[in-house]
Amino acid sequence: MLDELPAEVQDWIGKERYPEQSEIPVEKGYIWTTCSSVEMGNPIYWDEKVAEELTGGPIAPPTMISAWFRPHHWAPARKKQLLPLQVHFDLKERLGLPEAVMSDNTITFGVPVRVGDLLKTHQVLRSISDPKTTKLGTGRFWVIDVVYANQNGEHVGTESYTGVGYKRGE
Amino acid sequence: MTSEIRNRTLDSVKQGDALPKFSYDVTPTTIVLGAMASRDWRPMHHDKDFAVNRNGTQDIFLNTPNQAAWFEKYLTDWSGPKGRLGKIKFRMKDSVFPGDTMVFKASVASVEKDDTGCGWVGLEVNLSVGEKTVTDCSVRLALPVDEADNPWQRKGDQWQP
Repeated sequence: MLDELPAEVQDWIGKERYPEQSEIPVEKGYIWTTCSSVEMGNPIYWDEKVAEELTGGPIAPPTMISAWFRPHHWAPARKKQLLPLQVHFDLKERLGLPEAVMSDNTITFGVPVRVGDLLKTHQVLRSISDPKTTKLGTGRFWVIDVVYANQNGEHVGTESYTGVGYKRGE
Repeated sequence: MTSEIRNRTLDSVKQGDALPKFSYDVTPTTIVLGAMASRDWRPMHHDKDFAVNRNGTQDIFLNTPNQAAWFEKYLTDWSGPKGRLGKIKFRMKDSVFPGDTMVFKASVASVEKDDTGCGWVGLEVNLSVGEKTVTDCSVRLALPVDEADNPWQRKGDQWQP
């Protein structure tokens, strides 16, 4: 692991990076699969009449926000697998930290995400810690924001992740 | 709205109230279904060999977005469909593995109306497995102030999560 923070990484802090558009529009299949995975029977997601009355039409569960920007595992003509939260993987690679997990997650929700929306995102590295040793190994903590907007430019949410990249202890 | 759907209103909630406990037995299917539903293809959420030998964990484990969805399910089961999440913040202290029984508990930390008249409850949620706290979570959840109110209709300056 690098003890000194490279200037290139220092320069990433506070910069908007990786503007992306979701590869899939918001759709009911994933909404139902998500609701099914956690046994969420909220009628907004299962009953069109309730959705129309309460939310002006079908919406997605707010906590699904990150699902819409995760790239396909494979796509035609794509040479390299795309990764979600690319800043996180950039940090692992550039800092020589082969393993990483997330510890904290904060999501602030804006306008509802609606079926048919095509979301846009960008990522901002907020901070990187000095080297630390945890039970997983030695590495650094970092905070990355992911900002989401819909096709009308309305803010639909901001997610803030705290990750820790590390080398396992001997 | 359909008569059998019940919505909790702000005036029915007070600081210190406890939400009903909810328990769920986790299987490998819980973990994998949650990861696939959130389009998370990373192997530590479906490949035990990778989780154990690369991540150093005991098994595959619940991913972050699906954990957030479990919190949403727990809270909106309590609030009813008019309950609208404003903010959710959680710290994962440990992981949830197949064979674990997740236990969700929560208490009302605050009840307030903001300057726009929107009703909010602050909730402290705890997810535990056995005696161990896995995740602590703080939530700001909008509730209708009366039967006619609907937080989902708030837009622009009227929505301050």
